[in-house]
Amino acid sequence: MAKAAAKKTAAAASPSVDRRPALAGRSTTATGVKVEVLPPAERISLRAPEASVAALSKALGLTLPKKPKTSASKGGRTALWLGPDEWLVIDEGGNDPLADCATVAALHSAVGISHRNIAISVAGPAAEATINAGCPQDLSLDAFPAGAASRTILGKAEIVLLRTSDDAFRVECWRSFSDYVFTFLSEGARDAAG
Amino acid sequence: MSGAFRIPRAGRLSQAKTARFSFDGQSYTGIEGDTLASALLANGVHLVGRSFKYHRPRGFLSAGAEEPNALVQIVRDGARKTPNVRATVQELYDGLAANSQNRWPSLSFDVGAVNDLASPMFSAGFYYKTFMWPKAAWKSFYEPKIREAAGLGVSPDKPDPDHYSSRYAHCDVLVLGGGAAGLAAALAAAETGVRVILADEQAEFGGSLRFETGARIDGQDGFAWAQAAIARLSAMDNVRVLPRTTAFGYYAQNFVGLVERVSDHLKAPGHDLPRERLWQVRAKRVVLASGAIERHMVFANNDRPGIMLAGAARTFLNQYGVAVGRNIGVYTANDSAYAAAIDLKKAGVNIAAIVDLRDNPTGPVIDEARALGIEINFGRAVIRAGGKLRVSSMTVQPKNGGGERTISVDAILMSAGWTPSVHLFSQSRGKVAFNDETKRFVPGTYAQDCVSVGACNGTDGLSATVDEAYAAGAKAAKDAGAKTAKGAKPKVDASESWSRGMLGAAPGAGPDTTVKAFVDFQNDVTAKDIRQAVHEGMRSIEHVKRFTTNGMATDQGKTSNMHGLAIAAETLGKPIPEVGLTTFRAPYTPVTFGAIVSHARGPLFDPTRKTATHPWAEAQGAVFEDVGQWKRAWYFPKAGEDMHAAVDRECVAVRTTAGLFDASTLGKIEVVGPDAAKFMELLYTNPWEKLEPGRCRYGIMLREDGFIYDDGVVGRLAPDRFHVTTTTGGAPRVMNHMEDYLQTEFPHLNVWLTSITEQWAVIAVQGPKSRDIIAPLVEGIDMSDEALPHMSVREGKICGVPTRLFRMSFTGERGFEVNVPADYGQAVWEALWAEGQKHGATAYGTESMHVLRAEKGYIIVGQDTDGTVTPNDAGLDWAVGKKKTDFVGIRGMARPDLVAKGRKQLVGLKTKDPKVVLEEGAQIVEDPKQAIPMKMIGHVTSSYWSQNCGRSIALALVAGGRDRMGDTLYVPMPNGVIEVEVTGMVFFDETGGRLNG
Amino acid sequence: MLLIRCPYCEEERPELEFRNAGEAHIARSTDIAGESDDDFEKFFFIRSNPKGIIYERWRHMHGCARFFNAVRDTVTDKFVMTYKAGEPKPAKLPGVAK
Repeated sequence: MAKAAAKKTAAAASPSVDRRPALAGRSTTATGVKVEVLPPAERISLRAPEASVAALSKALGLTLPKKPKTSASKGGRTALWLGPDEWLVIDEGGNDPLADCATVAALHSAVGISHRNIAISVAGPAAEATINAGCPQDLSLDAFPAGAASRTILGKAEIVLLRTSDDAFRVECWRSFSDYVFTFLSEGARDAAG
Repeated sequence: MSGAFRIPRAGRLSQAKTARFSFDGQSYTGIEGDTLASALLANGVHLVGRSFKYHRPRGFLSAGAEEPNALVQIVRDGARKTPNVRATVQELYDGLAANSQNRWPSLSFDVGAVNDLASPMFSAGFYYKTFMWPKAAWKSFYEPKIREAAGLGVSPDKPDPDHYSSRYAHCDVLVLGGGAAGLAAALAAAETGVRVILADEQAEFGGSLRFETGARIDGQDGFAWAQAAIARLSAMDNVRVLPRTTAFGYYAQNFVGLVERVSDHLKAPGHDLPRERLWQVRAKRVVLASGAIERHMVFANNDRPGIMLAGAARTFLNQYGVAVGRNIGVYTANDSAYAAAIDLKKAGVNIAAIVDLRDNPTGPVIDEARALGIEINFGRAVIRAGGKLRVSSMTVQPKNGGGERTISVDAILMSAGWTPSVHLFSQSRGKVAFNDETKRFVPGTYAQDCVSVGACNGTDGLSATVDEAYAAGAKAAKDAGAKTAKGAKPKVDASESWSRGMLGAAPGAGPDTTVKAFVDFQNDVTAKDIRQAVHEGMRSIEHVKRFTTNGMATDQGKTSNMHGLAIAAETLGKPIPEVGLTTFRAPYTPVTFGAIVSHARGPLFDPTRKTATHPWAEAQGAVFEDVGQWKRAWYFPKAGEDMHAAVDRECVAVRTTAGLFDASTLGKIEVVGPDAAKFMELLYTNPWEKLEPGRCRYGIMLREDGFIYDDGVVGRLAPDRFHVTTTTGGAPRVMNHMEDYLQTEFPHLNVWLTSITEQWAVIAVQGPKSRDIIAPLVEGIDMSDEALPHMSVREGKICGVPTRLFRMSFTGERGFEVNVPADYGQAVWEALWAEGQKHGATAYGTESMHVLRAEKGYIIVGQDTDGTVTPNDAGLDWAVGKKKTDFVGIRGMARPDLVAKGRKQLVGLKTKDPKVVLEEGAQIVEDPKQAIPMKMIGHVTSSYWSQNCGRSIALALVAGGRDRMGDTLYVPMPNGVIEVEVTGMVFFDETGGRLNG
Repeated sequence: MLLIRCPYCEEERPELEFRNAGEAHIARSTDIAGESDDDFEKFFFIRSNPKGIIYERWRHMHGCARFFNAVRDTVTDKFVMTYKAGEPKPAKLPGVAK
């Protein structure tokens, strides 16, 4: 019986199945702010010592930021400094950062997390107030300018926050927290508008 | 007309905008902008409540947040019934309905008032002394009875339909208090361009400028100046102005909690408006401008309705246009009451007399009162008030004794002076200092980056206040990083001056008297109670406070603390600073639970985590259980099935055909780097270096103390890459534990950890037909037993998407765990399900998973272990690398007690009657006939009905369990003793042949 | 809520992002298996619990995720300083007498 099953394997067809992202297409609008679930993106968690940063930057096509709470962005790909040896690399251009890192011999760890995270856009003049409903960080432009990025807290969930412009943020959270985070941001938006 | 006591042309409300409201069912008319207090007073209503202990009739003492008496219930609808609302703070809206509290059957005739007659029984320390005997009666009799009688107001009995919001905010300068001082400080700070937040608890800014008619700033009336200032501030981008906002708590590092009352004053709040908004503000500098609170005079029957603070009467007149009486007496030890008398007199109200304790005070207000023809009595005291439901007279006597004279009045205004509001300063851990000359506590040593200005700093006079506050605001901004200032300091043109006052009991309420002269109105504490506490041995003010409950009511002694302290000091014969001030604690005024909880209710109470296949399980009618924050499918009942029937069917199906199970919630960590195996060696008891890529191993993780912390199957994907699984509940703490060791004990290792729990959806396919179900969908993986033996892992594709395919089993059957990227989880599940249908496969939930693993004696960490179980205790010695010289827990495991004989060991139990299912947690004894308390030698950790075994099965931790094989033990239960036999832990397929079946 | 300076993020961040991780500067023996019962007891069970200056570990759990060390006064709850994991106990503490 074991052999029969093994033979079947060889003849296996390859049915394609559909991708069902969490909260796909959800959005809500309040005065001065729109909260919207973003489409899927390629993501890796990149870990590396200082000595490997140059090689990895070259392979990824952008300079990995070394300064806390910053990010670097190029050609639809963004690298967020999360810790002294940790970056979240997000590619929205359909390219695979995992494959790019695979070419690098220098010491590093690249782990695919495209499906682990989902992203929510919070945009509009009331975006800052919306996120401050549950995020304890100072999000004023002085403290958290466009391009700033940080792992932090929203209510009872962990998020990664990236300010994409003066009045827009990208909120990343783990898949199973996305309902909570989206609902929290919706409530924040409703109050920020008032 | 909005009340007989409304004075035409007085006050700042527009008489045209009337609002209907009701109190205890009676309808009244007020004006928009009124508080409930001013609207009731305009209608001549003073009696609004009954006191807490003696049920004495009470009226309004104040016009603000310090109000101890006028607590009412506001009823908006069936669900919105807010108790203990201070009528002096509640803004009127059309249709407002309020009820009095703590009275039965009615406010004017209250049966509970017998407590007043029986008051000798209810002296200080009453509870401590009276209900001590017999001891057992406390719980069964006294406490329930007291609880029934005590408490103010009635709690709402329906869920709160309102919503509440919260906001974190950061600023350079936070100004608390919007009177003259706060406004001046806010202007100075705001003009430099730094971020300023200004909050005031009132609807309108101005503080005492709302009633101080003698103030002129920058050429305008003080109140008009305040409105102009707030308009300027509101228009500035760098300023946030928060009216109706109370700073209730001052926490570490200038973190201040504010509650903004957003819609309690609105007739029909918009759907999107929260009722309240919690502001959690982090400020670089805080300016405290919280003002001062007037004290009452402590004399007999000073609590009668109609007796109130002079400043309150002035506020009612000058802000709301309401006279609090028609024939008013004044009792004071301080100038400020004169101003109230003068304002009222000018408004046409008769001032029966001013009684001033001081001997021969002089000053412009006294001259003015005299010029208006008001009778003034120096060196005299009001020794008692007459009347019950409303004050009717005051009896005056020279302060050193002599002839009494009774004067008819319908209200008495009193002022013993002003107490600086150092509450927030004290909450900031600042130390107050006693100023002996002015007899008041003022901010002394600061603990945080804040500054007090104006009345709360003991600064007298408007001119000095504005100077001090403006300078402090500018300095706070500079200290917070401001570069330039470009404003002009407000100029005070005219102001009122108030001199001091007195502390403690007034003549006529001295130590030789037994009169009811109230110190704390809300808790019904009299001067006599405080003296009694000292006589009974209380020495510290903290003890006096707790013994008498002085200052412990919801108003936190805003009006009573200083009087209580002075009386205690006098009785002790000590100066006030030696007796000390009680510590002020948050909240400054009561805060609703709604505001504190804010967003964290309903779906936002806690994240509810769902797996990728959740919608499928839901559609199949699965019943879910909570596992930590996760919702997991518990069982999948078919029509007519109860849980037992469903679980029996699922368990049998897995062992005869196959079952699909969602294992996505298991924690998953990718361990990557050249030292990955070395790291695994240190974190798990097992050896890892020699595990070949493509193979898996069951790993045990210990804490340093040698006890089992977590377990899971680990697959080696490559020499430098491990795919580690953890328990569902353990995932976050295991990750933290691993990071801790990696970062702080083994930082030399080149390895990194990434949580991939949510990257992969995991579909367990278990049972004899499992391979037949999976194989047609898989690409690039040889599924034969030779190529993919039990405990191995391969990367390839399933349904065209990447998979990490584990051959492993938590059921004892041939089994696989299919990992696919989470967004494909449901589609792959559906494909497997469709394939499974051809073989009669079923979906099974966590309950069947538990039963199936128990049939095989596989443990669940956290159920069969409890943090005190070693690998040896659990029968898992085989998983400990004997040649290893280091791993976390290696030393702890060798501690004498952990290797001693007689430890509790995990064993199987079979009930003698196979139909009896033991209760998990049930205790086990050797001899059921022994005397109680019996010696318990263990307990049941897991217990199920096993349809596959045709009997009940159980796992248990039993002392020396493995030496008791075949012994009979007993499980005593409420309805009889259950006999059990000690067995091995494997109940099904002991040889394990089915793993390849 | 405290503000804690993360030595890796180089700024003060809200306490909600952090988690305390017990006393600092307690080294795990490189030969832990050979340690005596007394030494293991000292290492694993005994903590200083001082009134005043304490050296403790924190993790910037919901930030950079690094463990680091902090000097805190248990009386005032104030952080004296923070420094990276692996760095020695500071010889001098800023603003602390003695």
